[in-house]
This record gives sequence, C-alpha cells and structure tokens, in this order.
Amino acid sequence: MNPINYRKWWYLLSLIIIIPGTISLVLFGLKSSIDFTGGTLIEIEGTKDKGKIEEITKEAKFNNANVTITNKGLIIRSKPITEENHKKFKTDLNKIKNVKEVRIETVGPSISKEITRRAFISVILASVLIVIYLAISFRRVPKPANSWSFGVTAVLGILHDALVLLGIFSILGHFFNVEVDPLFITAMLTVIGFSVHDTVVIYDRIRENLIKGTSETFEEVVNRSVVEMLDRDISTSFLAWIIVFILYLFGGSTIKYFLLTMVIGIISGTYSSIFNSASLMVTWQSLKEKKR
Amino acid sequence: MKKKNRVWWRLIFLLLLIATALAIDWPKEIKIQMPKPKVNLEKKSPFIKFKKNGDLVNFKINYKIKEGLDLQGGSYLVYVADLSKISDKDKSNAVDSLKKVIEDRVNAFGLTEPVVRTSKSGSEHRIIVELPGIKKTDEALDLIGKTAQLEFKEFKNSDFYSTGLTGKDLKHAGVTFDQNTNEPQVSIQFNSGGAKKFAEITGRNVGQPIAIYLDNKVVSKPRVNEQINGGNAQITGKFDFQEAKTLAIQLNAGALPAPINIAEQRTIGATLGQESINKSIVAGIIGIIAVCIYMLVYYRFLGIFSTVGLGLYLVFMIALFKLFGVTLTMGGIAGLILSIGMSMETDVLVFERIREELRNGHAFISAVKLGFIRAWPSIRDSNAVSLIICAILYTAGGMIRGFAIVLALGIVIGLVTTFLGTRTLIDLIAKRKFVKNNWLFRVEKKGEE
Repeated sequence: MNPINYRKWWYLLSLIIIIPGTISLVLFGLKSSIDFTGGTLIEIEGTKDKGKIEEITKEAKFNNANVTITNKGLIIRSKPITEENHKKFKTDLNKIKNVKEVRIETVGPSISKEITRRAFISVILASVLIVIYLAISFRRVPKPANSWSFGVTAVLGILHDALVLLGIFSILGHFFNVEVDPLFITAMLTVIGFSVHDTVVIYDRIRENLIKGTSETFEEVVNRSVVEMLDRDISTSFLAWIIVFILYLFGGSTIKYFLLTMVIGIISGTYSSIFNSASLMVTWQSLKEKKR
Repeated sequence: MKKKNRVWWRLIFLLLLIATALAIDWPKEIKIQMPKPKVNLEKKSPFIKFKKNGDLVNFKINYKIKEGLDLQGGSYLVYVADLSKISDKDKSNAVDSLKKVIEDRVNAFGLTEPVVRTSKSGSEHRIIVELPGIKKTDEALDLIGKTAQLEFKEFKNSDFYSTGLTGKDLKHAGVTFDQNTNEPQVSIQFNSGGAKKFAEITGRNVGQPIAIYLDNKVVSKPRVNEQINGGNAQITGKFDFQEAKTLAIQLNAGALPAPINIAEQRTIGATLGQESINKSIVAGIIGIIAVCIYMLVYYRFLGIFSTVGLGLYLVFMIALFKLFGVTLTMGGIAGLILSIGMSMETDVLVFERIREELRNGHAFISAVKLGFIRAWPSIRDSNAVSLIICAILYTAGGMIRGFAIVLALGIVIGLVTTFLGTRTLIDLIAKRKFVKNNWLFRVEKKGEE
C-alpha cells in the first residue's frame, strides 16, 4: 500500500468536495439561527395550515413572520415578539382544535450579540490552543522534518474539515432552511478535536519512526507510518462515527443537525488526517528540497 | 511474586470502586452493617451516611439524575433589569432585592425546584429564571414580569393625587370572593402603620372615590361610604380567579424595585423532551451493541475486555452524575454517547499496540506491558486536545455546557476504566497458557505471513 504516492489525487478529491461549498458560502453565506440574529421561534404541532397560522401571526402583530412546514407541524420565525404579541397569538391558536405550541424561543438583541461574540471567541481560542499544544507536543522532531511542518499541516487539516462543514451547511441552509446555531459550532469544535486526535496519532508514529532512524526517505517513512496507523485511525473514527450515526438515525429531533454535523465531520476529519495532513508534510518537504 | 501481589491489590481496589459506584447507582435505599471494624453504611435520600467507630460522615448525593429543562420541559427566562432610574451605588442592592422578590413570587406559585440567579454582562444586569416542568408559561411570565406597584390615590380638584399609602404598607393579600356577585377579588390587610393611614384617608374622603392604582394604571375606583378602621380592604376589578391569584402573590412578594424586560425566553414542552429521551436511549443501546460487536469481531479475545470495560464505564459515569449532581440535558446525552465512542478509542490504541508487539514476536505478557506503555503518548495527546476543547465549550453555557461537562467526565473515566479496569483484568489472565494462541488476537506473526 502506498497512499502517499497518490497524494495529488487525494488533494483533488478534497477540492471537489470543498469548492462547491465554498462557492455557496461566498454567494449565499450561512443561515444563522435566532441565537445569533435575535428573534422568536415558535414550533407548533397538530396543523400544517400555513395560511391560517400566517393570518394569526399577522393579527398578533408579529414582525417579519416566516412560516415553514415541518414533519409534525409548523415553525414560525420572526423578529423578537413581546409578551402581549404572544398572548394574543396563543389565544387565537387555542381556538384551533388539537393544535399546541411545543416550543417557543425568544432571543433579544443584547443576548444574541453576546452569543455571537462567545462563538467567535471559542472558535479562535480553540484553534490557537490546538496549535500551541501541537507545537509543544512536537517540539522535538528529528531531521529532515521540523516542528513547524507538523503544526502547519495539522492546522491545514483542521481548515479542511471546517470548510467542508461550513460549505455543506451553507448549501443546506440555502436549499433546505437548515440553520447554523451554537450547537453547530459545538459540533464543529468537537469534530476538529477528533480530526486533530487522528492527526496526532499518525504524527506520533512518524516521529517515532524518524527517531528510530532507517535508510528510508522521508516520504517512505511517512507512508509507512500512515499505513501502520491506518487500522487504528479507521477503528477509532468508526467507533465514534457509528455511535453518532445511529443516534442521528434513531435519536430525538431536537439535536438532529448537531448530530449530522458530527456524522459528516468525523468522516472529513479522518480523511483529512490520513490523506491530507500527512501528504502535505511530504509535499512541504519535497518543495523545500526542490528549492535547494 | 511482588508483581503478582500488585495485580491483586489493583483488583481489590477496582472491586471496591465498582462496589461504591454500584451502591450510588442503585435506585433504592441500602443499609450495610459491618461488625468489625464497626462500619455502618446507610444510603437514604439525599445522603449517604457512613459511620465508622461512631464517627459520622455524610455524603450528599442526588438520588435521581436531574433532568435539564430541555428534557423534562420547562422555561428558561432571562430578564434585563432597567436600572436607569437608580443611582450607581444602589444598583447592586436593587438587583439583589429584584432577585429576592422574583424568588418569592416564583416560590408562591408552587413549582418544584425553580432557579433564580443573577448575572452581569457588560453594564447589563440580568436575572435568569429557570422554571422546570411548568405547563402554563404565560402565567409564569405574568407572575414574574409585572412590577406590581400598588398605590392608593385620593380625589382632589378633579384629579387623583398620591396618598402615600402603597404596597409597602401591606401585611397580607389573598383571594376572596365577593359575597354578592361571587366574583373573585383580592383582599388586603394593612400593617398597623398602613391601617392608620388607611383610616385617615377614608375618614377625610367619605362620599368621595378612592383610586387603587397598580403599576400606574387604575384597577378600581370604589366610593368611600364611611371611615374604615381595622385596616382591611378589597380590590375588585374584572379579575378572573387566576388573575386574582397572580396579583395576590405579587402583592405579597412586594413590588419590583425596578422594571424588568424579558431578553431571552426558551420554553420547551415536556412531550418533545420525553420523546427525545426515549429515542436517544434506544439509539444509545443500539450504538453500544454495535460498538461491542465491532470490538469483539475486530479484537476477538481482547474485545471481551473492552465490553466489560464499557460496562464499568457506564457504572462509573452514572455514579459520578449522581455524586456531582450533573443535570442531564439533550446535549449531555449526546456527550455521553459520544464519549462511549471515545473511551473505546483508548482501548483501540492500546489493543493495536499490543497486536503490533505480538507481531514483533513478544510474548503476550510483555506485549501487554509494552502496549499500555507505548500507546500512552498518543492517548495522552489526543485526549488532551479533546479536554482543551471541552474547557472552551464549558464557558459557552446552556446546552453546550452540558455537552462539555459530560464529554470531559467521559474522557477521564474512559482513561480510568482502560488503565485500571481493562488493564487489571488483562494482567490477571496474562499468564494463562491459552494466550499463546495468536488467533485469539487476530495476529499473524511476521514469519507466517
């Protein structure tokens, strides 16, 4: 087996997946949930009569109400509503038989600003801490590799996973109204953790093999390390993946997209660790040698 | 000889740990008495009582795992206090008394375990109210949000003027029914100062109306027929019973020292939560079975140990949940199930290493030893990264915090079960003859390939 030899094909496959998502990201952006934008979300079960509900929201003076049909009923999204709006809405709603409000969430502007700020901070903090951790962890790497190439290629792997997820959710958001909420950020950070985890397992082995010292070239050492760790990476990722996937298939509806993020992300993370990060290290090395 | 002893000691320690965890997990009361040394162990909600030679030690534990609002249904409300009319030095006092008044109001509503706390973000003072299991959120919102400033005003020169008699002079308010119309009304009883003021006001206004204002709005304008001594009055408005009850609670708890505005509201129905729990438990069980099958097929003999390890892991996790009073949310369930996958990863890293050492020709006993030692750096690095991320997520709060706590606990417990549990059990059988059979470990020696 010689996966590193085909590295250009792996890069190509990654690009094929990333490019459409990135285009969508640039054109349509992401659909943010009320947590980030502020607003009201009401979930109703027992009716799919969109027109009737729209009428009720209009009478209750909802601002910018948008009604979408779901599996079990309807979801209303609007600008933040007041208690009076909601009271009027509920009185009218209760006149329809067997209809009930199962969930209402209102997020005011000051709260949504804070949630957005915290999301940004946690993403940045997580990235910085991971890089620092990797730099410390791999500070002693024998020649010809250097600790920079370990850190940077690991981060490129993370970037790959983040782009895959953001791109897919941008497409899902544009065509299926799937929203990006704090749980998405959580899932993304968890996925990044997984991805780094897989990368670290491979890099540990590369380091170990480099320290042992053989007559092999750098590419051969990396290749051997990847092959040696293949079982392990696939096993560990598969165990986490299968459990998230089953939860996605059979679990409750409230965290469906949270789980979907992980289902996609774990695959991307494993792929990027095995086929991208280690390959990039070899590419880095050969570029450096060409320069000389 | 010495080494063998160490394995047995570890086994005893492990068994003690399991016994303790099981005692905490067990959903019923337990009483254990040992005659020598004299130890009494009693588990009775909410404490574990541990008596040794007469010294009593109490551990508080949660009998049941607490369910978060998203699982049992309930409301999460964030209010922002409008302190613009309060001077800077009184602000923190005002927030404290806001909290106190809201607590009193909520408690009077008779909910189980409501939570009221304050937080400050920038210059904004917030009051966070969690109402588990409430069905009538709208009533709760009514109850909490109204300022409830009661004021009696008298009629002078074709307008109403303050009398100085306010809600502060109240002793008690309650719901009664009008004897004639049978409509609900709020009866109030003034304290001695209030009764005196009330007698004076009614005395000088015989034949005139008195207006009762609530939050600067007229509720009723009764005409005074004679001076009222004794300090009792009724507020009659067009109340229904619920409104009268809410008003009585608000008056008893006192007026809010500053107005509050709702900034965030999340209410989830109990059915949605219950449905999620049931489905996730089923999914979790299927997931666990799938993981066990994978481990058994892929690692054969070693897989048995990780299956046992998984059982230990769950026993420990539930015990910790109860011990620390972790509130289980939907995010927590996801974290728990995910952490099962992650704890298996530690096993995989160790088992793969053991197989590698077996393939390199080591005997089982030394392969196990090397496997655990050499797998450690990568296990440490990967789990450290996950713990860093958990720490960051913990600061985010809400459902995410539940996820982070459970995942972090899971990572630590996963390491303990592998390095204490699985390791001890493997060490126990390491010297048996049958471990020489390489098929058991799916290992082909290099020469045989």
